[in-house]
Amino acid sequence: MKNATETVELPEHYPVSLKVNGQAYNLKLQPWVSLLDALRDHLQLKGTKKGCDHGQCGACTVLVNGKRINSCLTMAVMKDGEEITTIEGLAKGDELHPLQKAFIEHDAFQCGYCTPGQICSAVGLLNEGKANSLEEVKELMSGNICRCGAYTHINSAIMQVKGETGNE
Amino acid sequence: MKTNYTGQPANRVDGSLKVTGTAKYAAEFEAEGLLFGYIINSTIAKGKIKEIDISQAMQVAGVVQIFTHENVSGLAWFNKSYKDMDSPPGDPFRPLYDHKIRYSMQPIGLVVATTFEVARFAASLIKVTYKEEKLVTNLQDNLHRSKKAPMGKVGYVQPKSRGDAESVFAKAEYKIEGEYVHAAEHHNPLEMFATTAIWEEDGKVTLYDKTQGVSNVQLYISNIFGLSLKNVRVVSPFVGGGFGSGLRPQYQVFMATLAALELRRPVRVVMTRQQMFSFGHRPGTVQRVAMSADENGKLTSIQHEAYGETSQFEDYTEIVVNWSGTMYNCENVKLKYELVKLDVATPTDMRAPGAVTSAHAFESAIDEIAYAVKIDPLEFRKINYAEDDQVEGKPYSSKELRACYDQGAAKFGWSGRSIEPRSMREGNQLIGWGMANGAWDALQMPAKAQAVLSLDGKLTVSSGTSEIGTGTYTIMTQIAAETLGMDINDVTFKLGDTLMPMAPLQGGSWTAASVGSAVKAVCEEVKAKLFKLASKTKHSPLSGAAPKELTMAEGHIFLISDPGSRLSIIEVMRLTETDSIIESGMSGPDPAAKTTHSFNSHAAVFAEVKVDEDLGTVIVTRVVCAVAAGKILNPKTAGSQILGSVVWGISKALEEETVMDNNFGRFMNHNLGEYHVAVNKDINDIDIIFVEEHDDLVNPLGIKGVGEIGIIAVAPAIANAVFHATGVRVRDLPITMDKVLQLAEEDKNQVRV
Repeated sequence: MKNATETVELPEHYPVSLKVNGQAYNLKLQPWVSLLDALRDHLQLKGTKKGCDHGQCGACTVLVNGKRINSCLTMAVMKDGEEITTIEGLAKGDELHPLQKAFIEHDAFQCGYCTPGQICSAVGLLNEGKANSLEEVKELMSGNICRCGAYTHINSAIMQVKGETGNE
Repeated sequence: MKTNYTGQPANRVDGSLKVTGTAKYAAEFEAEGLLFGYIINSTIAKGKIKEIDISQAMQVAGVVQIFTHENVSGLAWFNKSYKDMDSPPGDPFRPLYDHKIRYSMQPIGLVVATTFEVARFAASLIKVTYKEEKLVTNLQDNLHRSKKAPMGKVGYVQPKSRGDAESVFAKAEYKIEGEYVHAAEHHNPLEMFATTAIWEEDGKVTLYDKTQGVSNVQLYISNIFGLSLKNVRVVSPFVGGGFGSGLRPQYQVFMATLAALELRRPVRVVMTRQQMFSFGHRPGTVQRVAMSADENGKLTSIQHEAYGETSQFEDYTEIVVNWSGTMYNCENVKLKYELVKLDVATPTDMRAPGAVTSAHAFESAIDEIAYAVKIDPLEFRKINYAEDDQVEGKPYSSKELRACYDQGAAKFGWSGRSIEPRSMREGNQLIGWGMANGAWDALQMPAKAQAVLSLDGKLTVSSGTSEIGTGTYTIMTQIAAETLGMDINDVTFKLGDTLMPMAPLQGGSWTAASVGSAVKAVCEEVKAKLFKLASKTKHSPLSGAAPKELTMAEGHIFLISDPGSRLSIIEVMRLTETDSIIESGMSGPDPAAKTTHSFNSHAAVFAEVKVDEDLGTVIVTRVVCAVAAGKILNPKTAGSQILGSVVWGISKALEEETVMDNNFGRFMNHNLGEYHVAVNKDINDIDIIFVEEHDDLVNPLGIKGVGEIGIIAVAPAIANAVFHATGVRVRDLPITMDKVLQLAEEDKNQVRV
């Protein structure tokens, strides 16, 4: 083992305010903490999943100000003051979000690990007035990998909810 | 209230946990003072670590400890202590055991720190110098070094040849031969391997682990660390996908346990996606198939040889060519299966191991020989249909493959197919229709379960099996509720804990049959106890009734002869002052049945592809998968398993391949950006058919399991469809546009890529 004399500087902590699922949190985070790790490790919101940490799988999808993002590709400090919705924030008490209900009814998952990301992506699509056709849903949901292969059921669930809610 | 639940498409009982993000996976259990581990991996494939310099990393504030082979001691000495329930013959890999590097990305150290980010950063400061040695990772160039696969792997038997295939082939008028290749594939469940290890004061350790077998991890950890079994508890209520990758304990559980025991603190270790490519994979395989037939389409000879890769330290074996001796009637069959040792990690079972590899080559060859004699490929399969298992000389307990053919073909519209290749098109899209069939073993393993019926009429059944997405929670709840005639909402099934009765590894499509039979057995015990109690009730309609006069449904026990004479479960317990009924039960395969019958599930797959004539791109537009797998406990969850298998088959046929750089012995595309799996837009219409199949012999539930059977015939069906569309046979998977174009260009049916 060599003797190392140089000390290693670590990044400073910065105050970060996040409004997650309607609740305000004031954190002190180093800038290298991703939004995903902030949610999972600092706020104990484990519903948002880590599947690759590189923006390649979509499991970490959350809504920032209503828009879909990969929380693993976003540093928490970049979202200071913004409103974040995770899978834990979709149901109203015991009343599940229509997409959550539709996912259960259509058996749109198996292991369940990609499911929070799939549902958040789908909520984002509907918010953005997209998902107007099955082809569009397939294209726009292709950033969310489901290794169990529930894609056709996921699409059925989204199309059903789209049909029920109309073009909002 | 109807209580006939099996066969019904019940929604998953764990559905609301999964859609709300409250189902807890291995990395999601918390503990006070939790530390974070980050694993470092070898950058070379073969050689020795000369020096591993952790000094700078240790300077980082927040780093608690760095474990390497230089500072880890006190572990089990003998490599047999590292064997697990799914180990192939050989000497298992021992993490951090010595300075030897056996394969690229071998784990060589663990950084433990107060945060994940600090651990990851410190890991980047570790400097490792190696002495490299000459390595060999190219399967195709090393077939001459192959050797016979040893016995030892569960279920593996040496393939048996019969007749004289070579001479018949030599003289045959109609014959074909070809070589089929696929590279390594990686499971890539979406949840990465993770362990949260909780050290407890009295020397016990609780491991929240991603695994397909809590008992296997318990055994493995207890042997390595010299802990008694009762001091190792493994818990795994939810698993974010397995596909075989979790059958063996993976190295993160070793790392987390090591750190927790040494530091006496809770530690979490999660692999990165890149590290998900650093242990078992579906082995790359080279296969050669030759076949002959007479002018009536009768197969006269089959020759099938396969060469699978394995590591230098273990002989991973698959059942590949054995299937070719049982699929069709043929008197002359020559089979050979050998292994080639390479400087790679030991391969691991991956969905339908062996069978899916075999079917790609064999069912493509069946299509080719059918074309040689100019017979429709489906008709050709019917001509050579095997009523009995020709290898074992035994009838199948049931085999409704003909029903799969008929119902699948009808749904697909196969009769409208023109046999000539390149005869169907839409503009510049060449349309092809192909089909194939497959089989898988219907296995049952010994399993145990416990049932507790409490005074409030609620039943809790438990067994230490796992839920990898297959619907185990749901179907076990259905079986228990139906057996005791209870409302499904009054029944809870628990799994994934070594404190529960032992269940086999969750693999091989045997969980429903094995654990399901144990759940049924233990519920029958509870029922017998309730009947006894009901008979003992005084002045009740059931007083003195014999057990055979009683039955249960709708939450009540009643006289078969007079359903009006009844008592609820709660009434029986109250009247007999019974606080609770606790029973244990077990179930296992019937050894007598195995001597008289063979047990297989079957499937026929029909696929339509569109191939762009100019670009060579292949799109699978439709798949029909017809499955004969005995009774289907839950068409919804079973249908999802088949659906997922078909997606896997499409992904395998067109996309999946872990590309080895043979200069460095390293997988190049070890991430989800470059290792392509099917995404939403790759998947179009998929129809699943479960044909009726009655089977009293296979197990008490009459079920055969559906985890594997759906994938087996998908890749060959697609390869055959590509041939029908284009007239070229792409024998190497995945079928990518470059291969389609190159073969069309060269106008020949065989190239080495």
